[in-house]
Amino acid sequence: MGDEFDYQRVMDILGSREQFTQGDVACAYGALLGGCTFFAGYPITPATEIAESLARLMPRIGGVCAQMEDEIASISAVIGAAWTGRRAMTATSGPGFSLMQENIGYACMTETPCVIIDVQRSGPSTGQPTEPAQGDMMQARWGTHGDHALIALAPASVQECVDLTRLAFDLAEQYRTPVLVMTDGEVGHMREKIALPTAEQVTLRERRRPTMPSDQFVPFRAVQGRVPEMADFGTGYHTYVTGLTHDERGLPATDDAAVHTQLVARLCGKIEDAVAELTRVEIDNDEGATVGLVSYGISSRSAAGAVKLLRLQGVPVSHLRLVTVLPFPEQAVREFAAPLERIVVPELNLGQICHTVREAVEGTAVVEKVARIGGEIIQPAAIVRAVQEGGQPVRSG
Amino acid sequence: MRLRFAGFGGQGVVLCGFIFGKAAMLDGKNAIHTQSYGSASRGGLTRSDVGIEDGEIYDLVFQDLDVLVTLSQQSYNAFRADLRDDGLLFYESDLVVVDEQPAARACGAAVTDIAFKQFGRKIMANMIMVGFVNEIAHLVTDESLAATIADNVPAGTEAKNIAAFEEGRRLARVAQETS
Repeated sequence: MGDEFDYQRVMDILGSREQFTQGDVACAYGALLGGCTFFAGYPITPATEIAESLARLMPRIGGVCAQMEDEIASISAVIGAAWTGRRAMTATSGPGFSLMQENIGYACMTETPCVIIDVQRSGPSTGQPTEPAQGDMMQARWGTHGDHALIALAPASVQECVDLTRLAFDLAEQYRTPVLVMTDGEVGHMREKIALPTAEQVTLRERRRPTMPSDQFVPFRAVQGRVPEMADFGTGYHTYVTGLTHDERGLPATDDAAVHTQLVARLCGKIEDAVAELTRVEIDNDEGATVGLVSYGISSRSAAGAVKLLRLQGVPVSHLRLVTVLPFPEQAVREFAAPLERIVVPELNLGQICHTVREAVEGTAVVEKVARIGGEIIQPAAIVRAVQEGGQPVRSG
Repeated sequence: MRLRFAGFGGQGVVLCGFIFGKAAMLDGKNAIHTQSYGSASRGGLTRSDVGIEDGEIYDLVFQDLDVLVTLSQQSYNAFRADLRDDGLLFYESDLVVVDEQPAARACGAAVTDIAFKQFGRKIMANMIMVGFVNEIAHLVTDESLAATIADNVPAGTEAKNIAAFEEGRRLARVAQETS
């Protein structure tokens, strides 16, 4: 179901392959090139341009762009659309991301493929609406209640807003999970050159759909691997969808410890056990370095700038950029840390992913942070200072 | 190369930055453009920053500007300290009073008055300034700049905006000959 993806039809409305545009607009482009045909959202700075762009573009490919009454309705509509076979997305910022948390858990529990873009702004609460931040990273991991796992990607450039939003749709379909694109107000609003992918580069990975006779279909039984086949509504396969603990038939089984344990273990395992294939990191190792940087999103640009400055001064330093932040690439970070004595983690928050890094390296290296809030991004010089003179300590929160 | 256009919302400084960024892209350079957001861009102090490099652009906080273009006194006062001593200052000479001996080389033009008298609309001042700046600072090629202007101004105003751009270039040549 859903409209057949037509690369040329999308490109006809996006215009030239090379453009100078904003990160938010690039997310909209990435969505359309990822096969998205349904968007529901509620305007919020600094994510509004995603909705604006899709309001203009989506009708021209026959898709739906709906402005909902709030963010709870937005994520609900997205989940419903996904069950009709659409590739569906919403976009928001901190306050809206908070409102969406319950239904992000519902999407995890019901194994609903969907994409949520969080253009992070400075919080808590309404905070500094126009200013960038990376303060929602732990909320991305643990914002919804109960044990769960999901995927989060962190673009650091306008080009990556295209590429990672597009990728998010494939991962959502492949793993039947919400995928979060954790961008920020700086990446969302800045303009850079983008090169849109060619037809050959765009091959959509479809969700697996049942082909057996409908009376043999068991909707939440994973026949191959841990991800069950998903039947679109209206195709004749009976599927009961509930956020309650359910058995393989989808029927509530709330007082059965074994069913609950098995279900939640499978839901977490299908993501966590795929960490190797989901890991996307960029490693820039410097031989002889005893200090390394671990960064993600906009702060990785500051980190790359610091690496350049330090090497000009003859100071060896290594750098690992997390493109996939969740599931956390623990193995890659541990291997990166092996020759290092210190790791510095720059973030636009008071320290979030630095804790995950510290947990991953298990004391083999001292983890320090360059934590900045207030709405200004980190200057490379601040990271240079932290490498040379020591960063801020990371203490258990 | 770090360039900032600044003024008050409505003068078209954001578009100026965008046009230089996109023109640099057409020239095959890496470019990044950031701008003020929200109510400021609709009347308050507004800035529009462009970085142009052959290599990667890492530092997005612009403090050591190579070029500062100010179209209002408020923006001059706010940002003159961010200009390098060997930088280039451009200003709207009817609207900005610059320090008596600014450290940077300073080039003024009464672009708003010229826009009104020659083109009938004050809003054309920004494109006059774009031509004026580029003729002196040589930031991007004239071909890329003209192509970008024609592509990004409201439909039907292309010829007028290009004429304003050319007028800016002419003013710069006159200023250079007489200086």
